[in-house]
Amino acid sequence: MSSRALAFLGPQRFQPTLARAVAALGIEGDLATVTAGWQERELEVEELHEHLGGRAVNLELHRRAELVFQADPELAAAHHRRQELFREMQEIYVLRLDAMLAACVTLDARPGHAQLLEQERAAAMDAVRALDLAHAARIAEVHDEFDARWHPLDRPALALQRNEIARLLDGVTAVAIAGGHVAALINRLRMFDVLGLAGERPVLAWSGGAMACAARIVLFHDHPPFGSGNAQVLDHGLGLEESLVFLPHARRRLDLSDSTRTGRLARRFRGSTLAVLEDGAILTWQRGLGWNADDGCLALGEDGALTPMRITIGAVS
Amino acid sequence: MTATAHRLAIRALLEGPVTSEAIGAFLGGREFPLVEGASVTFVWRGEADAVRLRHFIYGLPASQAFARVPGTDLWHLTLELPERSRVEYKLEVEQHGEARWIQDPLNPQHARDPFGSNSVVHAHGYEVPEWTRFDPESRAGTIEDHALDSKALARRARVGVYLPARFRPTRRYPLLIVHDGGDYVQYSGLKTVLDNLIHRVEVSDLIVCLTYPGDRLVEYADHEQHARFLTEELVPWLSAKWPLQDRPAARCLMGASFGAVASLAAASRYPGFYGRLLLQSGSFAFSDIGPNARGPAFANIVEFVNAFRDRPAKVSERVFVSCGTYESLIYENRSLVPLLQSTGMDVRYVEARDGHNWENWRDRSRAGLTWLFPGPIGMIYE
Repeated sequence: MSSRALAFLGPQRFQPTLARAVAALGIEGDLATVTAGWQERELEVEELHEHLGGRAVNLELHRRAELVFQADPELAAAHHRRQELFREMQEIYVLRLDAMLAACVTLDARPGHAQLLEQERAAAMDAVRALDLAHAARIAEVHDEFDARWHPLDRPALALQRNEIARLLDGVTAVAIAGGHVAALINRLRMFDVLGLAGERPVLAWSGGAMACAARIVLFHDHPPFGSGNAQVLDHGLGLEESLVFLPHARRRLDLSDSTRTGRLARRFRGSTLAVLEDGAILTWQRGLGWNADDGCLALGEDGALTPMRITIGAVS
Repeated sequence: MTATAHRLAIRALLEGPVTSEAIGAFLGGREFPLVEGASVTFVWRGEADAVRLRHFIYGLPASQAFARVPGTDLWHLTLELPERSRVEYKLEVEQHGEARWIQDPLNPQHARDPFGSNSVVHAHGYEVPEWTRFDPESRAGTIEDHALDSKALARRARVGVYLPARFRPTRRYPLLIVHDGGDYVQYSGLKTVLDNLIHRVEVSDLIVCLTYPGDRLVEYADHEQHARFLTEELVPWLSAKWPLQDRPAARCLMGASFGAVASLAAASRYPGFYGRLLLQSGSFAFSDIGPNARGPAFANIVEFVNAFRDRPAKVSERVFVSCGTYESLIYENRSLVPLLQSTGMDVRYVEARDGHNWENWRDRSRAGLTWLFPGPIGMIYE
């Protein structure tokens, strides 16, 4: 884990807590904001920057990426091909995942020899975990192959924008990462290696932004109009925190009345804390002080229930 | 719980002395119609010569007589309704040789339509979908009223244009054209549904054009001028004013009943132009032999559907079809689905235990819209 201070926040729309978290971390000076997850609405930051008392500059990663693609069509085409490959990989992964999780569901409900079933249930879940890991590893390989072949950071169009970002970061003391489209967000953060440029500056993030900062990005929604609604690993995150998987808006997106299902989700990601940050929640980490979780920070347990994170935070820190 | 597992409340009442106090106790604290498992008991209280249930379930006798509890003014009828049924009805009360159709005074549930309103019974397992209700968290889109002069229709055509919340003129949007758009908003809660589904990212951001017919029995019955209005006048007019994606997959025609016919007929006259169709309870009448039995208003439709059945064509890419199993049109819609599929179009068909009404169309709209214009639901975490 890096030594930079971190703050992960609940959704900000109805109960903004970013300014409070900035104060809690003792941050003075301006902040750089990342709103690339908002895509074409990236520049609609008036409310966010007003909340920060005007002490903010937007890094405009979405707009900069578009400029890079216009100036470097070869990179744009390669980027497009890679994204198409990711889409197909995700579809195939979900095909296999749905079948494997269907077996888990069937075994969970099946009566019979208790010891035998316990072993088989564990084996079925191990197979799901292995698939998740293999998928994530393959995604990482594709990223590495792309970087090795195209050296995006060295290409003039991208380097130009990156220099601009570095100049903006020179004038700030922390980085705030908003949510939105999590795939677009992690793509832009990675494309410009924003955290590499930010050095040890504190990072504050919420919703999709928090997901992008974790080691693994897990997409989830128990009530999709179509499809199984099984949670799926999308990609590696930035890895600012290794042991947390963030589940923003869990009360809306998870079927918390079905503890068998939510418990299965927690078992699947055993070893990680499934973090649910309610509206208004603030979870911070500071060197020397460790973690601090307020009452809105909850964790999804293997019993399928949400419990205050301060009970489980020991495992995190 | 099943009807046979427990004694019905009405039976319990009838087995004891049916005093005024007993009737009061039976009626007090209960919601009517009384749903007990698959059994639904309708009740009416008052002086009458006869009371009948007038429902809109095709297949059951349209009129079902209530029984009077001897010596009282209490009338009752118990029906078995399959799970998740939703049934609209009225009571026919006959007094002094005169029959009146009224709403059930004991039932607060009503559904409105252009002809008035009906009482509604929700059978065991039916719930009004949560996403059809106003959600204060959902960002609200706007509806602008406009009109354009149509040469094809030789009239000024009123349209409403729904712009999604956070609409941006610099972005390009898919277009959904809704027949009877005003009625969809008024009786199917279409604006609330769009606000909710777009806010929840279940449906992509859309521009929705709400059309208002002139004489819908004419304009919607495979009317060349109507198809020309939509395709050669309305879409270009919309494209000039709002940022629309210019591709078939981003153009959808939607309608219910005659509106569904108008959608398929317009797509057939301009094959490949509309890549998405949302057809609800379409009046797709046809005749295998001889004249149709549905009357002169259907003459053009029968001709169109018969021709389509003879030479089915791939007129669109993706078609969503829904119909209620309590509709007289269920046979026609079920017949249409394999025909559409045979052309290579991607077809999804949904049935529900409901009738030919606006709330049925409301309840099926999520399945249709999310399939035709799926939003990035798994990806957005704001």
